[in-house]
Amino acid sequence: MVYLTRKIEFSASHLYHNPNLSVEENKRVFGKCNNPHGHGHNYSLEVTVAGEPDPVTGMVLDLKELKEILEREIMQRMDHRFLNYEVAELKGQIPTCENIARVIWNLLEPKITQGRLHQVRLYETPDLFADCYRNGASRT
Amino acid sequence: MSDGVKFALGRRYRFAASHRLHSEKLSAEENSRVFGKCNNPHGHGHNYVLEITVSGMVDPATGMIVNLTDLDGFVLREVIEAFDHHSLNEEIAAFREKVPTTENVCIEIYERLKHFPRARLERVRIEETANNSFEYAGEHSADRQAV
Repeated sequence: MVYLTRKIEFSASHLYHNPNLSVEENKRVFGKCNNPHGHGHNYSLEVTVAGEPDPVTGMVLDLKELKEILEREIMQRMDHRFLNYEVAELKGQIPTCENIARVIWNLLEPKITQGRLHQVRLYETPDLFADCYRNGASRT
Repeated sequence: MSDGVKFALGRRYRFAASHRLHSEKLSAEENSRVFGKCNNPHGHGHNYVLEITVSGMVDPATGMIVNLTDLDGFVLREVIEAFDHHSLNEEIAAFREKVPTTENVCIEIYERLKHFPRARLERVRIEETANNSFEYAGEHSADRQAV
């Protein structure tokens, strides 16, 4: 098995707020991430696809195709957007790194038809990332 | 879809510490041969980067595996306060017996963090310098990854 990883970066804003919690609870749980007008990050996304290289092309999948999928599914949806208000897939969810990684997994998984989506790693800052990966996979 | 997936959260911390690689079981010449300049008698230091990965369920109310305040507080108490700006050989009990290579530092930090109550510790990764990094995922990690 060969693992191929492509990285993209996008910038977006968000805030953490759960309408089922009181103002005080929101403040306590989410801290400054609860500030009402939101804040932003430069997100860095690493998408790893696992597969066997095609005997003719030597590729797990064509990187150009992966680039186009990432552009269409992720960049156009999330880059320079307010994640809470402009990304339908995040409606009703707190746009934490974990939840954004899950949404990205669900968007990409059915689109990657050569090889198999193995892992989505989303960095919110260089010191914080969330991984979403196939359960039981042999490489993490 | 996301039913068959796992979630993990990675967080990076930093500490600066000194160490000396030296084994009482080896002669002066052997220590010098095995450890090279890392055996210099008064030790030397590094800016270590510590990357902790934990896994668990994402709480629907918060969208989080673990609140970073809890993870940061635990790592600060259990590791950073003891390691940062200290001598690993002189001030960390585990390194009275063991050589404080970054392999052993990974294992020591894993042992300190594995009881974190709010998520499962997946692995400890340490960058000793920008060019060297080490990882430890517990004794049974090879079995676990092969499942």
